[in-house]
Amino acid sequence: MLIEAGHFALALALGLSLVQFAVPLWGARTNDPVLMSVGGPVSVAVFLLVAFSFGVLTHAYMVSDFSVLNVYANSHSAKPMIYKITGVWGNHEGSMLLWILILALFGAMVGVARNSVPPKLRANTIAVQGAVTIAFLLFLLMTSNPFERLTPAPFEGQDLNPVLQDLGLAIHPPLLYIGYVGFSITFAFAMAALIEGKIDAVWARAVRPWTLAAWLFLTLGISMGSYWAYYELGWGGWWFWDPVENASLLPWILGTALIHSTVVMEKREALKVWTILLAILTFSLSLMGTFLVRSGVLTSVHAFAVDPDRGLFILVILVFFIGGSLALFAWRAPLLRQGGVFAPVSREGALVMNNLFLATACATVLIGTLYPLALEAVTGAKISVGAPFFNATFIPLMIPLLILVPFGQVLAWKRGDLAGVAQRLAAAALIAAFVTVLIYGFTYGGPVAAPLGVGLGVYLILGAFNEVVTRSWSPGVSLSVAARKARGLPRSTWGTVMAHAGVGLTVIGIAATAWSTERIVSMRLGDVADVGGGYEARLDSVAPRTGPNYIEDVARMTLFSGGREVGFVESAKRFYPVRAMPTTEAGIRTFGLSQVYVSVGEEQPDGSLGMRLYYKPLILLIWLGTVVMAIGAGISMTDRRFRVGAPVRSRNAPPTAAPAPAE
Amino acid sequence: MMRFLPALTIAFALAIAAPAPAFAGPQPDEILEDEALERRARDISAGLRCLVCQNQSIDDSNAPLARDLRNLVRERLVAGYDDAQVEAFVVERYGEFVLLRPPVNMQTLILWGSPALVLGAGALGIFLAVRRRRSAARERVAPLTPEEQAALDEILARGERAER
Repeated sequence: MLIEAGHFALALALGLSLVQFAVPLWGARTNDPVLMSVGGPVSVAVFLLVAFSFGVLTHAYMVSDFSVLNVYANSHSAKPMIYKITGVWGNHEGSMLLWILILALFGAMVGVARNSVPPKLRANTIAVQGAVTIAFLLFLLMTSNPFERLTPAPFEGQDLNPVLQDLGLAIHPPLLYIGYVGFSITFAFAMAALIEGKIDAVWARAVRPWTLAAWLFLTLGISMGSYWAYYELGWGGWWFWDPVENASLLPWILGTALIHSTVVMEKREALKVWTILLAILTFSLSLMGTFLVRSGVLTSVHAFAVDPDRGLFILVILVFFIGGSLALFAWRAPLLRQGGVFAPVSREGALVMNNLFLATACATVLIGTLYPLALEAVTGAKISVGAPFFNATFIPLMIPLLILVPFGQVLAWKRGDLAGVAQRLAAAALIAAFVTVLIYGFTYGGPVAAPLGVGLGVYLILGAFNEVVTRSWSPGVSLSVAARKARGLPRSTWGTVMAHAGVGLTVIGIAATAWSTERIVSMRLGDVADVGGGYEARLDSVAPRTGPNYIEDVARMTLFSGGREVGFVESAKRFYPVRAMPTTEAGIRTFGLSQVYVSVGEEQPDGSLGMRLYYKPLILLIWLGTVVMAIGAGISMTDRRFRVGAPVRSRNAPPTAAPAPAE
Repeated sequence: MMRFLPALTIAFALAIAAPAPAFAGPQPDEILEDEALERRARDISAGLRCLVCQNQSIDDSNAPLARDLRNLVRERLVAGYDDAQVEAFVVERYGEFVLLRPPVNMQTLILWGSPALVLGAGALGIFLAVRRRRSAARERVAPLTPEEQAALDEILARGERAER
């Protein structure tokens, strides 16, 4: 009965989202405040209904109700409770329900947010969000009903894919989806602006916190997915340029460009048309990612189910929203009046360069991902486009961009002084060069790119903090005054500094992977093997163990550094009987920011055990850097100008704005 | 001694369908004695696609076919082939599909050209937009008449005096 109620709630939500779409839109057209104000409460109601339905499905998983087909196909009574819950979105239907839940959540948040969004803009935004919700609810109800019953109910379920039985599944998809779907709000704002034919700094300020929030979660989601792959897939890789990874990276790249172009729009009212286009394209890429993954066009571990009907349905949604929004863009964009002019060397100019490089990088990854499909469709020829292609094209595009980053932070608006800025950055560049040379000397004979990469990272971090110095200190100012000034800098400045410093950390982590070592050895009990990085490992025991829904053979190794015992690692080969699938659980031991990574292999013909031993110096910086980036976005979101009611032009405010009110 | 064997037999049976995350890549018994040769073997392997997997190189894969390919690469290297010859040898047998880094030819011209093309087109677009914007701005703002200029100079001079 509860299951049917959950199903019914989805149908009700569909009906209400029709209201959410039509009424506020009509209200905005006829300037009727009552009709416009309907949007808020209705969007909340839609969210509550979808949340109820999601809760019902989660409950069915928790109590292992195998009369529900979806639960039967993806769960097992012996599965640990945490994986029963996370299993809700470990399959096609459930993950789409989560998608819609987040979509409705964002709609409801705009509905209740009492910030400075003008009523008309809010009404149109909620209406567009309603339209997206309608499409995906229809998709779910017509092709992917998660509440389908199964009679007679089986006694036991088929269990979840063992690869997905991991804490990573609890964290990675929700974060990723909040990011992916979060860009729907930016999209809805952009469409609302086009419908109204009006866009200004108020729009940019209204959109900015949402864009930052979506970007924050997408950053964490991708990063979490990367770390999950790193420890779960068992060979220590952290990014594979897999089409599905690319599908999540594409909206991230454009979302990054969008964050930067809205800054220009907010401060200078320039780049309006481009910003609108970016907002549309970013969400279009999110939709395309959903289509590519869900349709099975790109088969991978993420494609839970391959069903041409579903693919076709999402394709229709895709064509409708991307085509429709671009058509509206072509029709209405000429109405948008362009704002301020600026010299090529200026903050605006630097941000335009940022957008140029990011858009090019995005296009490159997109073309690389789709090229094999397109070529096969056109000529029938089959080619592969893999990691070597992306590394050869993406990295050269990123390097000039990263070198530009610290310049962009301190160039003046309208017309900047390049020589002056270069002087300001000389110290950062010199220190970075010094670090590079020093590391090169110490690792002489090793990879050359690694010291350069570390130098770039150091330059980025110092360059990021250079903005604080530039804005709070000049020769002759005492340190205490400078410190006070630095504290008084707007939160958005600190957010920028953190985010850019985070990029620097990630760059260092990536560069350092060139120094990681790998040993492929066969070991017997008691054997000691060199791991690299000054570590050694001794194979102590191999013993069977029984988990809740698997059996495993655990190899335990003691680690030594300079002859001293420093800890142990356990790597296991697991076997999940229900799905008859084996997995490898890597053993990881963290030393500071570096890790020793051990992966157990198969028994060799001579009775010894195959082992892979890695030492990965500074590897944690890759993910730590992304966390710092996300923190930067979070700090930026709390900036004063997003909280005050009346839209105040921040560029008219004195440079050291009044300290933010107490939280 | 261990339960690994039955599990692995099943893993091999499933290898075509699932990217089973298991001990992947070269096994200890495949490694060449000669370190330089082994290094080259790894580098070449990283660029060759495991044909039965989903977007994995043979260096990352545990599929039997990947193992065969890895051995093939090492055999050729031991036989004295250089890197290009080994690659050509593999391509001859398995087609260009096997290369994760597609060769530059007529078919992949757009692919390899796309970064430069997009960057160039974007830069040109920005250049044209800036020029148009600037000429439009110049047209909108009529130049000052001599009287206005004189008045402006007077005001500015006054301002400078006041500052001193």
